[in-house]
Amino acid sequence: MERFYEVMFIVRPDIEDADVDKLIAGFEQTIVNGGGNLRSTEKLGRRKLAYTVRKFNDGNYVLLTVDADGKLVAELERRLRVSEPVIKFITVRMDEEEKRLNKIKAIRATRKKVSAQAPAAAAPVAAPAPAPVESAEAPAEATQASA
Amino acid sequence: MADETTPQRAPESGSHSSGPRPGGPRSGGPGGPGGPGGRKFFRRKKVCKFCTEKIDAIPYRDVRLLQGFVAERGKIVPRRLTGVCTTHQRRLTRAIKQARNIALLPFAARF
Repeated sequence: MERFYEVMFIVRPDIEDADVDKLIAGFEQTIVNGGGNLRSTEKLGRRKLAYTVRKFNDGNYVLLTVDADGKLVAELERRLRVSEPVIKFITVRMDEEEKRLNKIKAIRATRKKVSAQAPAAAAPVAAPAPAPVESAEAPAEATQASA
Repeated sequence: MADETTPQRAPESGSHSSGPRPGGPRSGGPGGPGGPGGRKFFRRKKVCKFCTEKIDAIPYRDVRLLQGFVAERGKIVPRRLTGVCTTHQRRLTRAIKQARNIALLPFAARF
């Protein structure tokens, strides 16, 4: 079962850009070899850290979004922990969140579609009738989706 | 003299009975400052920022958004001060704690 994760890690600031790229490529290779799918790689650049980590005050932030299963992510985390240039990392599981967001977007899309069809339906009486009905059930669905 | 003491007694009993009497209007006090805007009790006019702007996801990466809900010393601001609703406050807390772990927000600032 493919789950969707976001992995953010911080690389030491005194590592060259080329080495950072090599490092990221190595992690990407790990993912691809393990059968995962890399969605995107983002380099957020050098940022000041909110607190001192291993005597560094700023670091290079990198964000990877990965479709993988749990074992592959465990392997990736092991590599992150072991690799010396990476000073901090966090893995966040995003697939449930994504499902919830898609559900909300779908509800919003259907709501907009019905309200777009009603004025096209040439009957002004029909428009007030579906509008309060679906606006009454849409908040109920939205609260259900957010709950 | 007996005539003089009794009028003294009357205002005393008047002051005694005036003790519980402001207790009556005082319990009506919390209902009152909904209008005058007394700081002590409700202030229910504050609405949840995320509900009104329809922000669904609160990502830990969005430091600027999170910083509005973090105090100067880095502590998470309680819900009753920011007016955030419960679901969003829980998500916000989770995001802030994730951001703290990845050094985007401090655990404790301005020692």
